[in-house]
Amino acid sequence: MNYPALLPALVLLPLLLAAVTALVPRGSRRTAGAAAASTTGALGIGVVALIGGGSWELALAGWEAPLGITLRADGTSTAFLALVAVVGTAVTVYAAAEPSLAGGPDFWPLWLVLWAGLNGVVVAGDLFTIYVMLELVTIAAVALVALGGRSAASPALRYLFVGVVGSLLFLLAVALVYAETGTLDLPQATAALEPGPVLTSILALTLLGMGTKMALFPLHAWLPVAHPAAPAAVSAVLSALVIKAGVIVLWRIWFGIADGTAAVQVLGVAAGIAGAVAVFWGGAMALRSSRLKPIVAYSTVAQVGYFAIVLSLADGSAAGWSGGVILVLAHGLAKAAMFLAAGTLAFAYGTDRLSRLHGAISHTPMTVAALAIAGISLAGLPPTFGFVAKWQLLVATIEQGEWWWIGVLLLGGLLTFGYTAAMVRATFNRPGDDEVPAPYPVPAILAVVPFILAIASVAFGVFSAGLVDLLAEDPTARGRP
Amino acid sequence: MTPEASVDYSIVPLLMLLTSLIPAGIIFCLREDQVRWRTTLNLAGALAKVGFVVALIPPVVAGDKLRASMPWVPGVDLVLVTDAFSLFFVALSAGLWLVTTIYAIGYLEGAPNRSRFFGFFSLCVTATTGIALAGNLITFLLFFEMLTLVTYPLVAHRGTKDALDGARTYLAYTLGGGVVLLAGVVWLTVLVGPVEFTAGGVEAVAELAADRPGVTTAIGALLLIGMSVKAAIVPLHGWLPVAMVAPAPVSALLHAVAVVKAGAFGIVRVVHDLFGLSVAGDLGLLPVLAAFAGFTIVYGSIRALAQDDLKKRLAYSTISQLSYVALGAALVAPLATAGALVHIVHQGMMKITLFFCAGLFAEVQGISKISQLTGVGRRMPLTAAAFTVGSLGMIGLPPLAGFVSKWPLALGGLDAGTAWVLPVLIVSTLLNAAYFLPVVYALWRPEPDEQATAASAGPPRRRLEAPAALLWPAVVTAAMVLFMGVAAGWTYSPWSLAEMIAEGSYR
Repeated sequence: MNYPALLPALVLLPLLLAAVTALVPRGSRRTAGAAAASTTGALGIGVVALIGGGSWELALAGWEAPLGITLRADGTSTAFLALVAVVGTAVTVYAAAEPSLAGGPDFWPLWLVLWAGLNGVVVAGDLFTIYVMLELVTIAAVALVALGGRSAASPALRYLFVGVVGSLLFLLAVALVYAETGTLDLPQATAALEPGPVLTSILALTLLGMGTKMALFPLHAWLPVAHPAAPAAVSAVLSALVIKAGVIVLWRIWFGIADGTAAVQVLGVAAGIAGAVAVFWGGAMALRSSRLKPIVAYSTVAQVGYFAIVLSLADGSAAGWSGGVILVLAHGLAKAAMFLAAGTLAFAYGTDRLSRLHGAISHTPMTVAALAIAGISLAGLPPTFGFVAKWQLLVATIEQGEWWWIGVLLLGGLLTFGYTAAMVRATFNRPGDDEVPAPYPVPAILAVVPFILAIASVAFGVFSAGLVDLLAEDPTARGRP
Repeated sequence: MTPEASVDYSIVPLLMLLTSLIPAGIIFCLREDQVRWRTTLNLAGALAKVGFVVALIPPVVAGDKLRASMPWVPGVDLVLVTDAFSLFFVALSAGLWLVTTIYAIGYLEGAPNRSRFFGFFSLCVTATTGIALAGNLITFLLFFEMLTLVTYPLVAHRGTKDALDGARTYLAYTLGGGVVLLAGVVWLTVLVGPVEFTAGGVEAVAELAADRPGVTTAIGALLLIGMSVKAAIVPLHGWLPVAMVAPAPVSALLHAVAVVKAGAFGIVRVVHDLFGLSVAGDLGLLPVLAAFAGFTIVYGSIRALAQDDLKKRLAYSTISQLSYVALGAALVAPLATAGALVHIVHQGMMKITLFFCAGLFAEVQGISKISQLTGVGRRMPLTAAAFTVGSLGMIGLPPLAGFVSKWPLALGGLDAGTAWVLPVLIVSTLLNAAYFLPVVYALWRPEPDEQATAASAGPPRRRLEAPAALLWPAVVTAAMVLFMGVAAGWTYSPWSLAEMIAEGSYR
């Protein structure tokens, strides 16, 4: 079925609802916000269901590129939209259940703006709209971090600086594209760009800009500070979705215009090396941390490394491309589950220090299970979604003869599992613990939401055939001619 | 490993998984005090699985296979098949699951966190069943890793520092092994596609071996190393003795059927049903495997001698005994293959008896050291008798089950032209006797002094020497050890089935 007119609604509806929610009195903002966000989630899921395996395209107000704004949704966009809708809905339910985990009523309008921006980044067909949507995401994300209270002010400010620098670098790349081709439409610009130093500069600037936004080593230092400072629901959105906005933009542009010249190859290798270092650095730092939220945040630093490695692996390999996209989806589901579960535990125990969580496995087994299953998926162990991604990437590695990535993929998985096990281990009952109740009772919904996300990781891990097929047919998957 | 009579598409293999998966899911949701529900579900699942196995044995022996498959990623399917070898392993796990469940219900009566325990216990059996039924390497890998993960909470169950450390060591070893295995599986799959296990070896793999022997050897080595961690072949055995901190039923399951057997089963699958004996032999994998297995047999026995902790001694004994399977799988002689296969079942039955008894000694008398066992036979005659049967079986005394595996292994070793197998088996048997007989002797010896007798006479005499749920499983498995040895000639005895499966490798 083809209703491309729904594409602008993905952005405009949440923006409108954000404005309405902001006008509602603070007292009833949670109810209004939850209803608005649920509507946005339902719209997202509906659009995904309608697109199915097809692809939509819409020129706004009939103005064709290069004059107007074009919105596009292909298989990959659909996958991203689905992730945003699913995680967004889960976070909405979670945040509505316990206001203190969302940072109060101000969460709702900001969250809706963020959601609009995320949808926008995914469906935007031209570089300028992508830029605008990225800015929307960044501003909303910074404001959401600041909801974490006084201690979050300085991380939020740092996040703002970093985000703006990233955007500026990207804007420079966009300007270069326009100067070179006279169009901002992504397919047209891709076709018109000639190999040369300008193209290399565009790629380098995009890599730097998006590397900053997605916290690619060595531009990652802001993330382990900002993500844990935010309220739990916000941390989940930041790690699971906001990072991915940078990833999808980087991939779109990279796989659209990268050519095989030596300079570009050097860039790709540099990104891959940075990614490999990120995998080990993030993993090692997570292992050293003694608190839940920093562990999960460092885990994101490590996982972002894989997204950079995909630049090398998905180059002309269908398995690599589908593996990369599935990695994004799997990471989104698992990381959301993990941050929400961490938030629940921190809520129940009043702290996220590992040394204080003993007994949690009996008090709130579902939360611990969510944490464990999410970690297993992140580590790429069967039978989870993360394993499907890892399998496809490993296949791509061997198909392309770039066997050196195997070690990164496999050892990185073990590191991931190492800190997951450390978290789970901390929740076991010490002898005599069974009579000690959790300091604060946990509302069931706070345990159920992360658990459902975690179970989804397992379900997709077993029943993944249809999705992989969908992604393998994507135009980007064919790689460069 | 069976003649290709017919392959039917069927949901039955899936149902066999669900007989333990569904109870697991429900048990997790039960409250601690819903004992009756939990017990009913556990037993119903275990009985259903046994029922499936019994119903399937005649058709599978006749050569019919049931197959269920599902696409996973493009070009790769998840496949479950009931061929003779898989059913052989499922039969073992289903049977032992039933008795261990009964034992565990008795063992954990009144203990905390039982829903968690039995949930993971059922998941553990689900994974083992999946490993057995897996029709290709990827499906195998999926369940193999799942087994690693779901066993962790069982080993760590008590939550003490020892338990958590033991569980961590266990994870470090087995996940490391899993990663090596994954590398091998991906590599092979990229080169030849997702090949299905076939009796006598897969043709595509044989072609690859002829084409690129170096690569194929490397893949084979990766696969075998990955399996060897779970099979506890030296030097990858370090996790097994530390994992002893688990509750007794877990140790029993771990040593008899679940984890270590998954490794041994995997080795046989790779050597016989993936590479095929002749290809694996040409690539030089078999002599290396046999050498490591031979060394492990002797090494494990020597280490067992030095242990005073009963469970530790049994653990080292497991390391030694398991390598009989690996050794037999690496010898090119039908008798040796059959010996290896039948030892999967026999060792499981004998070792589970011994662990049940060790748990009984610990629960009823509070004894975990061999030096304290003196005279226990007077107080717990049935348990001591079961332990004796298990021990003598391990040593290989006819007509017990252990003899039926050791004898063909020795003969097969001679057939295969590897005469060194004989001294290894003899030395191992002597060592087995050296570490088991003192235990048996201590059990039946009169108490050394009057005081102990007086103390033991203190508590009021019960009708049974131990809780029934703990005692009967041990007695039943001990009886099976005897039965499997005596009735080895029966059509459906483990030995006859093993001989039949082994034939498939030599066609």
